[in-house]
Amino acid sequence: MSTDSKISFDLLKIDCEKVALDIEAKLRRIVFKRFRKKGVVVGISGGIDSSCVAALCARALGPERVQGLLMPEGDSTASEESTQLGKLLAERLGVAVITEDITAALEGAGCYRRRDEAVRAVIPEYGSGWKSKIVLPSVVDTDQYRIFSVVAVSPEGKEIKTRLSPAASLGIVAATNFKQRVRKMMEYYHADRLNYVVAGTPNRLEYDQGFFVKGGDGLADLKPIAHLYKSQVYALAEHLGVPQEICCRPPTTDTYSLPQTQEEFYFSLPYDKMDLCLWAKNHDVPAGDVGEALGLTEEQTERVYRDIEGKRRVASYLHAGPVLIEPIEGLG
Amino acid sequence: MRDEDVLKEVREYVIENFLLGDEDEAFSDSESFLESGLIDSTGILEVISFLEETYRIEIADEEMIPDNLDSVERVARFVVSKKAL
Repeated sequence: MSTDSKISFDLLKIDCEKVALDIEAKLRRIVFKRFRKKGVVVGISGGIDSSCVAALCARALGPERVQGLLMPEGDSTASEESTQLGKLLAERLGVAVITEDITAALEGAGCYRRRDEAVRAVIPEYGSGWKSKIVLPSVVDTDQYRIFSVVAVSPEGKEIKTRLSPAASLGIVAATNFKQRVRKMMEYYHADRLNYVVAGTPNRLEYDQGFFVKGGDGLADLKPIAHLYKSQVYALAEHLGVPQEICCRPPTTDTYSLPQTQEEFYFSLPYDKMDLCLWAKNHDVPAGDVGEALGLTEEQTERVYRDIEGKRRVASYLHAGPVLIEPIEGLG
Repeated sequence: MRDEDVLKEVREYVIENFLLGDEDEAFSDSESFLESGLIDSTGILEVISFLEETYRIEIADEEMIPDNLDSVERVARFVVSKKAL
């Protein structure tokens, strides 16, 4: 791309009605013609992405063909707020919603117990009443590898932060991934029962960078907003009448028992800056040019570019479907 | 502790642990682990644990940077400098 062009957030502006109409036409074709199904199941988190997908599906297929699911669990730091926002959205869209508390399923699978055992490997006193999250160092401020540390807070408020061992790091992530996978299992239960498809809700940042669990939130029959940058999803959601309470809510992972931002867990910058960096990298904009628009130095932007590349390498496994040893004749 | 001894040990560890003993998969001592896809950030954590246990050194968070750990050569140089302290 020519470096004469001014890099700004305006580059990500979209004609929301045009984009919505295009997605809706394709949704109808995919659900009714390609898959011959009667509707769509959407897991509603109270966040912007699932709200936008639910709104698009309601417009495309009719609200009576959308089944919303709220799936709170014991750890969720914002469970009540998420449920309230999900209900508010469903009411606004005229979509039916079912609440499925997945805590018992997660207990049955040993999600919490296995997670706690992994944390105890590095913090032996971690136990009942403690809360935790895992965090990464900043990409922008340092060249440090993005290696997880665990932050744990005792019931008395004592905070401990320590680096994870390889086994503990993998163990915590593996255990918490039950949450996304159990939610997906529940979505497919309802989809099978209703003869519906399941919609996935990743935006472009999440899809590109592998911010999803394979076989969990990464699993779906269609992903209506995977081509849209997160700031475009915000604009579209607002255009579609998603409640302001949801449009104004900061993104969160809502996976750990301590509040955790998406920057702490995965992305190197707040979503709007991350969007512009990803766009600029996709358009071969030199780091120095985009850095100016973001208030970053060239070196800092280079670090973000390298982080994007690194995550793409990891994401290639997450995106890969099962690999067959030999092609199967007769299948398209 | 000599550079070449550490270099040999680290190289053997990488082949054993990340290439599962496949010595035919060529990589040079200066090749970037991350850029070549040989070791990802989870793998770097394994490398750090290996170095701390094998050479009885403590690696601080601020030392976990590509300059110190992103190739066999860099790891060997880093370990030798830590042991010299």
